[in-house]
Amino acid sequence: MPLLRLERRREPSRAMQYATPLLAVALTVMAGTVVFGLMGYDGLGAVRQIFVAPLADPQRWPELLVKASPLVLIAIGLSIGFRANVWNIGGEGQYLAGAVAGTAVALATWTREGAWILPVMGLAGILGGMAWAAIPAFLRTRFGVSEILTSLMLTYVAVQGLFFLVRGPWRDPDGFNFPQTRMFNAAQTLPAVSEGSLVHLGIPIAVLVACLAWIVLERTIAGYEVKVVGLAPAAARHGGFSERRTIWLTLLAGGGLAGLAGILEAAGPFGQLTPQFPAGYGYTAIVVAFLGRLHPVGILLAGLVLAVTYVGGELAQTAIGLPQAATGMFQAMLLFFLLATDVLIRFRIVPVRVARARAAA
Amino acid sequence: MASIITRRTLLAGAAGAAALPLAGPGASAQAPLGIGFIYVGPTGDYGWTHAHDVGRKAIEAEFGPKVKTSFVENVAEGPDAERVLRQLASGGNKLIFATSFGFMNPTVRVARALPNTWFEHATGYQRAANVATYNARFYEGRAVCGTIAGHMSKTGTAGYIASFPIPEVVMGISAFTLAARKINPNFKTKVLWVSTWYDPAKEADAAKALIDQGCDILTQHTDSPAPLQAAEQRGLFGFGQASDMKTYAPKAQLTSIVDDWAPYYIRRTKMALDGTWKSTDTWDGLKEGAVRMAPYGDAVPENVRREADLVKDQIIAGTLHPLTGPIKDQKGELRVKDGETMSDEALSKMDWYPEGVQS
Amino acid sequence: MTSALLVSFAMTLAMAATPILLASLGELVAEKAGVLNLGVEGMMLIGAVTGFAAATLTGSAYLGCLAAILGGLAASLVFAGLTLGLSSNQVATGLALTIFGVGASSLIGAPFVGKTVARIGPLFPAALAEHPLLRVVFGYDLLVYGALALAAAVGWFLKHTRPGLILRAVGESDTSAHSIGYSVLAVRTAAVAFGGGMAGLAGAYFSLELTPMWADRLTAGRGWIALALVVFASWRPGRLVAGAYLFGAVMTLELHAKAAGFGLLPPEILAMLPYLATIAVLTLISVRPGRVSAAAPACLGKSFSPA
Repeated sequence: MPLLRLERRREPSRAMQYATPLLAVALTVMAGTVVFGLMGYDGLGAVRQIFVAPLADPQRWPELLVKASPLVLIAIGLSIGFRANVWNIGGEGQYLAGAVAGTAVALATWTREGAWILPVMGLAGILGGMAWAAIPAFLRTRFGVSEILTSLMLTYVAVQGLFFLVRGPWRDPDGFNFPQTRMFNAAQTLPAVSEGSLVHLGIPIAVLVACLAWIVLERTIAGYEVKVVGLAPAAARHGGFSERRTIWLTLLAGGGLAGLAGILEAAGPFGQLTPQFPAGYGYTAIVVAFLGRLHPVGILLAGLVLAVTYVGGELAQTAIGLPQAATGMFQAMLLFFLLATDVLIRFRIVPVRVARARAAA
Repeated sequence: MASIITRRTLLAGAAGAAALPLAGPGASAQAPLGIGFIYVGPTGDYGWTHAHDVGRKAIEAEFGPKVKTSFVENVAEGPDAERVLRQLASGGNKLIFATSFGFMNPTVRVARALPNTWFEHATGYQRAANVATYNARFYEGRAVCGTIAGHMSKTGTAGYIASFPIPEVVMGISAFTLAARKINPNFKTKVLWVSTWYDPAKEADAAKALIDQGCDILTQHTDSPAPLQAAEQRGLFGFGQASDMKTYAPKAQLTSIVDDWAPYYIRRTKMALDGTWKSTDTWDGLKEGAVRMAPYGDAVPENVRREADLVKDQIIAGTLHPLTGPIKDQKGELRVKDGETMSDEALSKMDWYPEGVQS
Repeated sequence: MTSALLVSFAMTLAMAATPILLASLGELVAEKAGVLNLGVEGMMLIGAVTGFAAATLTGSAYLGCLAAILGGLAASLVFAGLTLGLSSNQVATGLALTIFGVGASSLIGAPFVGKTVARIGPLFPAALAEHPLLRVVFGYDLLVYGALALAAAVGWFLKHTRPGLILRAVGESDTSAHSIGYSVLAVRTAAVAFGGGMAGLAGAYFSLELTPMWADRLTAGRGWIALALVVFASWRPGRLVAGAYLFGAVMTLELHAKAAGFGLLPPEILAMLPYLATIAVLTLISVRPGRVSAAAPACLGKSFSPA
């Protein structure tokens, strides 16, 4: 006979929304210490390397920002849909579509210089991502096809499409048959915010987007509409909000931001398209969106937390020989705990006796 | 993954001029020399990365407490590599090995910012005062395999499972086929492009398809032992890749091209310890032990062993170059004149196949 | 094609189809109960490594298969505990399960890299499979037949048994199934566990039959294809068999055609086809919503909490 049971809260707990991510991190740290310890590693040392070392060293900070910025951009876009119960899990595909569209501009203009090229590439990236997201939006609104499945399937199509382009028509003609495009020229490459810095223009853009998203979601009718459609679809219909419009808007927003992230990554840290470009950021961004509680500011922090675990995982490999696979397990644990503690937002844990008494009352 | 490009001779002169021994702190007797490795795959891949990790362990075994090695595995080629390289350098590693072609641009960029750290980039062509490059002449091993295949194939057709048509793969196919056609002038090599470095199930299915198309001997330029396992199952023969794969196919493996990075890694570590390290361009082969042949399988008859050994010895002695003319291409056009050998520069750009290759 | 070639082609095809069929059968049952588990790839890897480890330690490939089922099942119970016990988001939990599976299998497998194991091997005595035409029928290992038998069993179970009916009811309308008095969570847990066991077994087919070895990420993304296949088959076991064999045929044919000297399509375009076909099928069944069983289970991917 269980001593505790879950009792649904009347309203989601605001306090728990803030507390549970911290609780998840704390549980991950504890579990990580024990698990790595059992595996014969210095458990506490591993946790310190993964979670603390990257933050303790200011040299690592720009790297954290570079790693976090695409995750944040994609996650914000996806979270808008998740708020409205639109399950776009094809962020990776939209990210790639954006990179491909922007690269198409870069390859068409590679002999040219000019300040106009980069904005055009960015625009192409956004449109590319939107176009890729428009397919699930169309199929959902027109035929009622689940966007979960179509957006996921389209990701594979996008990955193969990118492979086809970089191995075939877009292969660098001077590149000895290596499957990659030519390097972008100076006018096509994202500038750093200050000379010699690793921090490129994509990082302030990600922060700006997070602020804009916050304002739009919290302070505008459109943001309110998204929330209502997600929380109470029936009420939304009564209020004259169109579910159809919401689906289109949220998918286009998600696709556009993922596409922007794609071209920023291609024109920034990569400087070209290669078969290694699809790195699963679109999937990780789903994790980031949940870790950030679908809130733009939360996502900003969550993106940094994920970046810390990546960078920290690399440090742990060199410092104590912790295999990369262990970092993967660590990230999975973090997510498991986060999802597990999620329940506290909607439910409270009460002793069974109390619950019975309340039910009787 | 195991990607290789070489344009060494184009740049060797310029880089050589710039390559002076670096005045660095070197390694004192007390503090061990930090040596970092960055891997593109997992050390458990039993292929390309595994071979480099064996080399890393050889350094540890050779120098003991005088060195301290560490590695970061599964690093994506791109921005992640740049970050890891910087971390390795700031983490006290004086000598850093970047073990995949795709690490080239990141390595060069990081090296520019950190002139007091020595970088070694495998299979690339960009050098600097503190960036050396190194590679292995795997095609020499391919010629030995081709010799054996020419003797032992009854159908006169070999199956070649290949990843991508980059020069490294192209020269391997060519060396293999040319060596086999010296024994059997009608020898053919069927190349099957699988567009992946690693997908065991697909590699195995490709092997079966090649066998069904009349190939009775298999070789591969992908990373897993799966094709060899398929040959074993069908009672046919094949060659291992990157390491001795005899445990996977005790009957089928005739020999294997073993990547042995240990001699180079030990040599360079010694230079770093002595303070004589400088930027060089190294392309070692059978002679230097960077490429080794695994012991012949039981199925290889005595006379074939002698022939294969002869080819190996001649390559080591420098009297035989696997890509020596006359070489005609697939259209029958003479590409390398009688008696001429392909230069390293021509090899490193090779994008055509000799007669007998079906791709 | 000569007859020998045809025989070999058919056999390669059947063996390529088998692991995908096994994994997708498991996922089909879970989805029929309304649970979308995107962690198939992770569960397959865990099955592949536990199966290989058990087979090397015990010397028996069949015990390896059993261990693989248990390994996949254990991984799926983590998923079940989170999504059903704590009603966490299924998409995010499934992705986490895949990250977990990749990491865990690599750690468990580290001591087994470079080891070998005997294949599961043909089920019937060699004498029976001597003639090529008989070999097409009798030349396989247990799992090839097992997967087909399981597909038939799952089809029969879902359509003709009471528990099968309950399972579908839970997937179509959890609230009404609950109000009639069925335990939605118990049914879903069982369905997810079945899916995990099947994914584990599918993984073992790689490490114990197709390529008897362990190396990191051995299944190379087949789990995602299995996921697509369930949708492609519009949640019907019969079509799942056809779909898995069609997929195997296309992949095998591509290699055979290229080995024979002519390419069908660029490999990347060919690799897109299963997913494009899946989207097309999804759209078609949604355009003509004929029988209910042809469409996605209504509760697919949605959390249910009884309180």
